[in-house]
Amino acid sequence: MSYGPNPWQQTNWDWRAAGNFVCGGAGGGLIVFAALSGAQGLALAVLLLGGMALVGTGLLCVWLELGRPLRALHVFINPRTSWMTREAFAATLLMPVALAAAASLLPGLQWLAAALALAFVYCQSRMLQAAKGIPAWREPLAVPLMVLTGLAEGGGLCLAARAADDSGQLLVTLAGAVVLARAAVWFAYRRRVAMSVAPRALAAIDSAGRVLQFAGSLLPLALLALAASGVLGAAPALVVVAGLLAAATGAWFKYTLVTRAGFNQGFALARLPVRGVRRS
Amino acid sequence: MTRWTMTADLRRCVGCQTCTASCRHANATPPGVQWRRVLDMEFGEYPDVQRAFVPVGCQHCADPPCMTVCPTTATKQRADGIVTIDYDLCIGCSYCAVACPYQARYKVDAAHYAYGEASESEALRHDKARIGVATKCTFCVDRIDAGLAKGLKPGVDPEATPACVNACISLALAFGDGDDPQSNVSQLLAESQHFRMHEELGTAPGFFYLWDKEERT
Repeated sequence: MSYGPNPWQQTNWDWRAAGNFVCGGAGGGLIVFAALSGAQGLALAVLLLGGMALVGTGLLCVWLELGRPLRALHVFINPRTSWMTREAFAATLLMPVALAAAASLLPGLQWLAAALALAFVYCQSRMLQAAKGIPAWREPLAVPLMVLTGLAEGGGLCLAARAADDSGQLLVTLAGAVVLARAAVWFAYRRRVAMSVAPRALAAIDSAGRVLQFAGSLLPLALLALAASGVLGAAPALVVVAGLLAAATGAWFKYTLVTRAGFNQGFALARLPVRGVRRS
Repeated sequence: MTRWTMTADLRRCVGCQTCTASCRHANATPPGVQWRRVLDMEFGEYPDVQRAFVPVGCQHCADPPCMTVCPTTATKQRADGIVTIDYDLCIGCSYCAVACPYQARYKVDAAHYAYGEASESEALRHDKARIGVATKCTFCVDRIDAGLAKGLKPGVDPEATPACVNACISLALAFGDGDDPQSNVSQLLAESQHFRMHEELGTAPGFFYLWDKEERT
C-alpha cells in the first residue's frame, strides 16, 4: 500500500540538460557511423567534424546549466562513481582523437574515435539511469534505449549525408538495423515503465514514442526499402528523408524524456499513523 | 560507531511547521528553500478520510544516490552517516537533485529575500557560497560537532541537537545515535512500528517514520 501526493515534473534539468543528451547522443552516433560507413578523406572528415560539433554543442548546453560554470573542471574529480565524470573523460579523449582522425594523421584512427564515441554515448545513458529520483530514467532498459537512440540518430544523419554515395549499402543496412533495434527496445522499455511512472509521464513517453515508432522507425524503414528496391526513382532523396526522420524523432524522444517525462515519484507512506482506535 | 538518526512520529506531528520555521531561522535559508518541510497529506475518500503530517527533508541515506552521482565529490558522507555538501567544490549541475528520491535538494541561482530588499538580518546572514550550488539539510552538523566538542550529547542536549528537533512542540521529532541501543531514537524504534520512505530503492535512509506502537505477542 502506498500513499502520497502526486509526483511532479522535475525542474532541475531543463532544455539545456536535454540538449546534452540530444546533441551528444547524435554526435556520438554520427562518429560511430562515420567509421562504419567506410568513408575516407574529405567525406570522413566532414562526418567526424559534424559529430564533434554536435558533441561540443551538447557539452556547451550542459555547461550553461551549471550554477557555477567557472568551476566546470571540477567535473573530472569523481570517476570512481559518477557517470557524469566518466562522460566528461570520454568526451575529453574523444575530441582530439576524432580531430586527428579527421585530419587523417594515422590510418584507422576513426575506429578509435568510434570506440570513444560509443563510450561517450554509453556514459550518457548510464548517467540518466543513475538518477534514482526519476522512475522513467532509472529503469535499466533506459540504457540500451538511449544508446540505440543515439546510434539511430547518428546513423540517420550519416545516411542523410552520404545518400548519394553508392558504396553506402552496408551503411543503409546497419542504420536500418539500429532503427529496428531501437523500436524493439522502446516497446520493452514502455512495457517496463508502464507500472512505475506517473500517468502524465507515461502519456509523454507514449506521445513521443508514437512519433518515434511511426515517423522514426516504420516510415524510415519503408523509405529505405523503397530506395533499395528501386521501384521509385530518386533513391538518394528517399534515403535523406529516412535518415533525417530517424534522427529528428530520436532527438524529440530524448528531449521529451528529460523535460516532460521526468516526473519524480512523490512522497509515499508505507503505513498511516495509528491514532486512537486501530482501523481494520 | 555512531549513526546519527532522526525519527518522526506520525502519530504526534500536528503539522504546525515550527520545525520548518526553526530550520529556516537556524540555517538562514532563502524564501522557498525549506530543508525541513512538513507535508499535509490526505488519504482515502469521504467519509473514510485520514490526514497525516509528514516531516520530510534529506534522509541522510546510508547509500545516498546523490553522493554516487556527484561528479565533483562535493557530496560526501561522514563516518557518522551525515551527508554533507562542500559548497566550494559543487558546480551546481543539479545531478544530485534528480538523483535524490526525496526531493531534498535545492539550488538557488541568485540571492532573493522575503520582502525584496534584504533585511538587516538577511544581509548579515547571506552566504554567497550557497548561490548556484546544491544545498540541503545537514542535520545541523555544526551544532552537533560544536556540541560534541563541549561534551554534550546530540539528541539530549538542545545545544547539540538539530534545530527542528529542538523546536518540535509535540516531541514528534527525535534525534540520536541509531547505533547506541540505549539512545532515545533506538528506544523509540524498539517500541514503535516504523518504516523508511521509498525503502524499495535501497537507499537505507537514516530517517525513520513511527506509525504505531510495537505489537506485543
